[in-house]
Amino acid sequence: MTTPPAGPEIERLIHLLARLPGLGPRSARRAALHLIRKREELLGPLSDAMRQAHDRLVVCHVCGNMDTRDPCAICADPTRDQGLIVVVETIADLWALERAAALPARYHVLGGTLSALEGTGPKDLNLDALVDRVAQGGVREVVLAVNATVDGQTTAHYITDLLNSYGVKITRLAHGVPIGGELDYLDEGTLATALRSRTDF
Amino acid sequence: MFEHQTIETGFAFPFVRRLILADFRSYAALDLPLSHKLIVVTGENGAGKTNLIEALSLFMPGRGLRRAELATCARSGGNGGFAVSIEIESAGERCQLGTGLQAQGDGRLARQYRIDRAPVGSARAFADHLRLLWLTPALDGLFAAAPGERRRFLDRLVLCVDADHGTRVAALERALRNRNRQLEDPHPDPRWLDATEREIAEIAIAVAAARVETVTRLRLLIEESRDSHSPFPWADLALRGELEQWVGVSPALEAEDRYRAMLRDNRRRDAAAGRTLIGPQNSDLLVRHGPKGTEAALSSTGEQKALLVGLVLAHARLVARMVERAPVLLLDEIAAHFDTARRNALFEDLAALPGQVWLTGAEATAFSGLVGRADMLEVTPGRVTHQGAG
Ligand SMILES: [Zn+2]
Repeated sequence: MTTPPAGPEIERLIHLLARLPGLGPRSARRAALHLIRKREELLGPLSDAMRQAHDRLVVCHVCGNMDTRDPCAICADPTRDQGLIVVVETIADLWALERAAALPARYHVLGGTLSALEGTGPKDLNLDALVDRVAQGGVREVVLAVNATVDGQTTAHYITDLLNSYGVKITRLAHGVPIGGELDYLDEGTLATALRSRTDF
Repeated sequence: MFEHQTIETGFAFPFVRRLILADFRSYAALDLPLSHKLIVVTGENGAGKTNLIEALSLFMPGRGLRRAELATCARSGGNGGFAVSIEIESAGERCQLGTGLQAQGDGRLARQYRIDRAPVGSARAFADHLRLLWLTPALDGLFAAAPGERRRFLDRLVLCVDADHGTRVAALERALRNRNRQLEDPHPDPRWLDATEREIAEIAIAVAAARVETVTRLRLLIEESRDSHSPFPWADLALRGELEQWVGVSPALEAEDRYRAMLRDNRRRDAAAGRTLIGPQNSDLLVRHGPKGTEAALSSTGEQKALLVGLVLAHARLVARMVERAPVLLLDEIAAHFDTARRNALFEDLAALPGQVWLTGAEATAFSGLVGRADMLEVTPGRVTHQGAG
């Protein structure tokens, strides 16, 4: 073993950075080096921002989104259409759709998809809260913006059946979203088109 | 030498102009220019002939003609990854396709797909440029094999004309495994099971419909062109499977409802069996020796091979007609089981096909009928040499 080039605090920083998506050990070292060099402009503000986000992070009791307030910024936004709920699998999908800025809607984050193979059943998803929202009234349309995978579509069938008795219109993203294509990877234009030209499920 | 060969040009169909390998099986590095419609690869057993056409087969979705785990394709002694790149010419246009296994920043190996160097999502994207069809010695016993082998062969025929078929078949498999898992529970959630079965029914009907369409068109083409005196007897094809019967006669939505009702009724039986007993996952391609009117499996080994070759040639013509993109044919150890007369007849048929054909065999003399009108390649471990083609 060669001696590490830095003390344990910096080694720990590199180790943690390497666990971020898209970063390997080499790029983590480069990032750490950059942070060390920009101690005042970057390292300090970054650690403050992370600490604050960590301390204030909560799950929105309405939609399942994560934010530093509850209800989240989206649910609290009065300019959004209260009658339109876009159901997504993950917060990453919510962010992707928000980036496309196609609909002034509110969201519902399921936290995954039904998958018997992976042991994820209806009780593991944020479904009761969705039924509550629809049951309270005022919801006109539920858009199922789940991925076009087997598990995504099975989840869509399940929700359609679950909301069947509430007389709410259920739609899905228009075709053009590729099979197995995950929303997070689609460009904004494709997402916006898919959302605007949704079809009855 | 290559520079002195006649170079055929102006093919309207996709034609592999160049094959580049890096750390693929026996090849550390290979850059192979090609100039003909027929490519003959000879060399001793184990020299690496099949490796060349296996590399090409990776441009179809799936695991290639050996159905190998991708990591096992990497050359031992390399870094664990490999790359295959081909240059294709079609109607004067060139394009470059690449695939392989490449080490990522975190050291894991990931499959890569590229078209003209730009990354694409999957091998599905290659279908816009190239279709491939192959025949290997592993398929020699196809007609007497378990139905699953014929189903896989059938799905490869379908994939060649319908590029989404592979995705569909994989989706069906996953959906069925979800259902089997749910049925292991003595009290499965009925709404969840309904949702799973609805998804299964949608995909299953699409799978069955794609198979019916391909087999129907192939039957028609064979009927039009069959010749009872050909050394490659025509095949009489049929599909066996409940859903394949329905989709021919009722609208898709009706067939979906019918299959969904069947799945619901059969839950107990399927739970006991541990699998879903009825559906396209159990269908079969039935093949009869046309001129004799007997089951293909009853013919001699040589006759079965001739039947299979006839079937693949017919399909190559069908693909050329349907997608206006003749498939590249990969025929591994093709000369085995054939006498000289049949071999020469095969060469004439291949020369008349619209697409490029790669043939491998141990004996160079078996291909002497092709000298002068094919790229003649000789393989020694790790190397490929162009033989003078005159
Ligand atoms: Zn919220």
